[in-house]
Amino acid sequence: MTGSLWREARDALLHDRLAMTCAVLLVLLALSAIAGPSLLDYREDQIDWSHVAAPPFEAGGHWLGTDRLGRDLLVRTLYGLRVSLGIALAATLVSLVIGVSWGATAGYCRGRVDALAMRFVDVLYALPQVFFVIILTVVFGRGPLTILAAIGAFGWLTMARIVRGQALALRERDFIEAAVVGGAGTARIITRHVVPNLLGPVIVYATLGLPQAILVESFLSFLGIGVQEPLASLGNLIADGAAEMETAPWMLAVPAACLVLVVFCFNFLGDSLRDALDPGDR
Amino acid sequence: MSALLEARGLTVDFSGRQAIRAVDGVDLTVAPRERLAVVGESGSGKSQLLLACTGLLAANGRAAGSVRFAGRELLGDPRAAAAVRGRGIGFVFQDASGSLTPHRGIGDQLAEVAMSASALTRRSARDEALAMLARVHLPDAGALAARYPHELSGGMRQRVAIALALMARPRLLFADEPTTALDVTVQAGVLALLARLCDELDMALLIVTHDLGVVAALADRIAVMYAGRVVEEAAATALLSRPRHPYTAGLLASVPRLGDRGELATIPGAPPVPGESFRGCRFEPRCPNRAERCSAFDPALARIAVGHVACHFPLTVDGSQ
Amino acid sequence: MTALLDVRDATVTYPRPAAEGGPVMAVNGVSLTVEAGSIVGLVGESGCGKSSLGRAILGLVPLAAGEVRWRDRRIDKLPRASFRPLRRELQLVFQDPTASLDPRMTIAESVAEPLRALVPGLSAAGRDARVEATLGEVGIAGELASRFPHQLSGGQLQRACIARALAVDPAFLVCDEPVSALDVSVQGQIVNLLARIRRERGLGCLFISHNLAVVAHLADHILVMHRGRIVESGSCAEVLTAPRHPYTRTLLESVPEVDPVSARRLIAGRATGPDSAPSSRLTS
Repeated sequence: MTGSLWREARDALLHDRLAMTCAVLLVLLALSAIAGPSLLDYREDQIDWSHVAAPPFEAGGHWLGTDRLGRDLLVRTLYGLRVSLGIALAATLVSLVIGVSWGATAGYCRGRVDALAMRFVDVLYALPQVFFVIILTVVFGRGPLTILAAIGAFGWLTMARIVRGQALALRERDFIEAAVVGGAGTARIITRHVVPNLLGPVIVYATLGLPQAILVESFLSFLGIGVQEPLASLGNLIADGAAEMETAPWMLAVPAACLVLVVFCFNFLGDSLRDALDPGDR
Repeated sequence: MSALLEARGLTVDFSGRQAIRAVDGVDLTVAPRERLAVVGESGSGKSQLLLACTGLLAANGRAAGSVRFAGRELLGDPRAAAAVRGRGIGFVFQDASGSLTPHRGIGDQLAEVAMSASALTRRSARDEALAMLARVHLPDAGALAARYPHELSGGMRQRVAIALALMARPRLLFADEPTTALDVTVQAGVLALLARLCDELDMALLIVTHDLGVVAALADRIAVMYAGRVVEEAAATALLSRPRHPYTAGLLASVPRLGDRGELATIPGAPPVPGESFRGCRFEPRCPNRAERCSAFDPALARIAVGHVACHFPLTVDGSQ
Repeated sequence: MTALLDVRDATVTYPRPAAEGGPVMAVNGVSLTVEAGSIVGLVGESGCGKSSLGRAILGLVPLAAGEVRWRDRRIDKLPRASFRPLRRELQLVFQDPTASLDPRMTIAESVAEPLRALVPGLSAAGRDARVEATLGEVGIAGELASRFPHQLSGGQLQRACIARALAVDPAFLVCDEPVSALDVSVQGQIVNLLARIRRERGLGCLFISHNLAVVAHLADHILVMHRGRIVESGSCAEVLTAPRHPYTRTLLESVPEVDPVSARRLIAGRATGPDSAPSSRLTS
């Protein structure tokens, strides 16, 4: 056996063709979202009066058609992907940092620290998320930052619970006791021994949490309390498209297909990651 | 007298990230009423050998070769293997909780096996169960039958597991490290029980273990496994007093004896990990007698006066090379 | 000569509901002493409390009663922070080497870790040198130091664990079943290593095991533990040749025999009747 456990997991993943396809697709989508709009002819807020609500592949260079204001749909979708992905990634990162430190500390320390920490999580869990988001938008106004705060504020809860469970199991293992015998303090044990040994499940749940975040953002934007016009997100694009579903179906189909593709790829990749990191069949 | 169990060229492979050959061409016979012990350390393949014979390998394991029980081929025929499990061949695992369900009473579990094995009524199956509990020397069988496995001590649980294995009156009992998980003061009792049951019930025994003390107490014949192969096989008294293979000699010398002080004998290095590839003799890196021939050619299992040995330079009768 | 370690009437309990009989006494009024440079063997079967005693000595579990004295200073009631400097002198080798090493750290990192906390004066270079020297002392080749635990054999891992315990230059080592998880042909390597280390470093050692034959090889004094109490105590020779307690005699008789004649005689004596000794189990 060569290399560390990470390398073996990477090898397992590289052999999983469907997972690799999803990973490649996601990379391509991300690249298109970042670089695509600058390569295309139209800007995202540019109105083309001569081609209002035009279907795909018609003249005028609009590959995927235009929306009811004559804006190029491909460019807007790519922008929307950029915004949705960006918010989801940032929110997931915030959830990760807060959730892992919270859960690892609660799980390792047990006793009163654990009880307090997890009761706090339970209370937040009980709050209805949409309600909270609405309050936030009232207080801080609508827009991507508010959405990010809303998603991040709830996303860390599940992560904290999962990490706490893992930490509880981990602290019974001999090498933790060995670290105590070796004079390590609580902080060092948590950062050097507990967290690195639960990164596997953390990465899996983060990967599975990303599509969750995208869906929440899309839903909120669809409802009109998320990302606002003229800024595009997959959610408000889908909202616009839904309104024109019967007359201009491509307006719904394009952003919806994009959303489905991204969510599916992340979910599939997350599942394969979980299998690859499972030391079960070594 | 035809053999009860006969394995020829038995090979066990595991697929996965890395292809691993756990058992590499093993021949084994067990005669009726005979007690054969298979001895080996980690990586020797001894447990996989047992599992392969009864079709209990993990999903990614494949057995090849031939295993015949009472003349009937078991490999490649899942129905034959299932028919033989429990009825022709009983199984006792290292940990009794492998055979005992935690949520049912002991009497119920035993009775259930009796009923499925020989179409008994519930009443007669219960009686059989109580009789078997008495046979394995568990006191107060009536009260015990109502208990649950977790209420018993380790030694008692193992006796129940043995009783369970015997309910269908197998002709051959497989035991995989049956006493390893037990306290040392309890082990002797369980070993004595196994010996007596084999006599009373006309049963053969194939016991797999790393513990030479167990082997010395029970076995008629011993097969020593190393890295998936049988390296020596002989009658128990002969093998234990005059081992021919350097590994066997090393193993015997490594057992600490009461009253000895000073350096413990040991075999340098470590047993190979399954999946390692070899050139020449597998034991060569650790062998005190190794020569050039040993790293180039793999010794085959050759017949000698008292059994078989796979070594280019087997130890002679007085223990020297 | 004052003993290095002096345990007096130590009692360790584990909670259990009153309905089932109240707290379990894992260790019940145990006293023992260990001098510098001597090995004391603690023998008993599973559940007799020997591991609990080892952990209590190292401050990992609290004492319900009694004292533990180190160099004539009471240490059992010390808060965790005050105990830390003591860890430089009192170290532990665990039973299962695969479980007692962090799978995500290399061998060198694991061995260096106690040095970071307990010998803060060492520079990074000093730490590396000490790690290398200690690994060499236990017979681990240099190239294995950068490997991960799953790449080493059981025997190599246990050597690494011993190196980790020795790196801080302790005066006392508690070895909790250090060879029980290893193959028979490898056990001797570790036992011989411990004997050599004791000779070369003059450590005191408490060797805990269920295997009387192994303990008898190493120990100067032997204590036999049964159901939380010490039932026999004496020099190695005394305990082996003239045991006084019936449980000790049972243990001696149960030592595996490799000679078939004696082995069969041994089990013939157990042919009838249930398990010979009452269950030693205390903690469920």
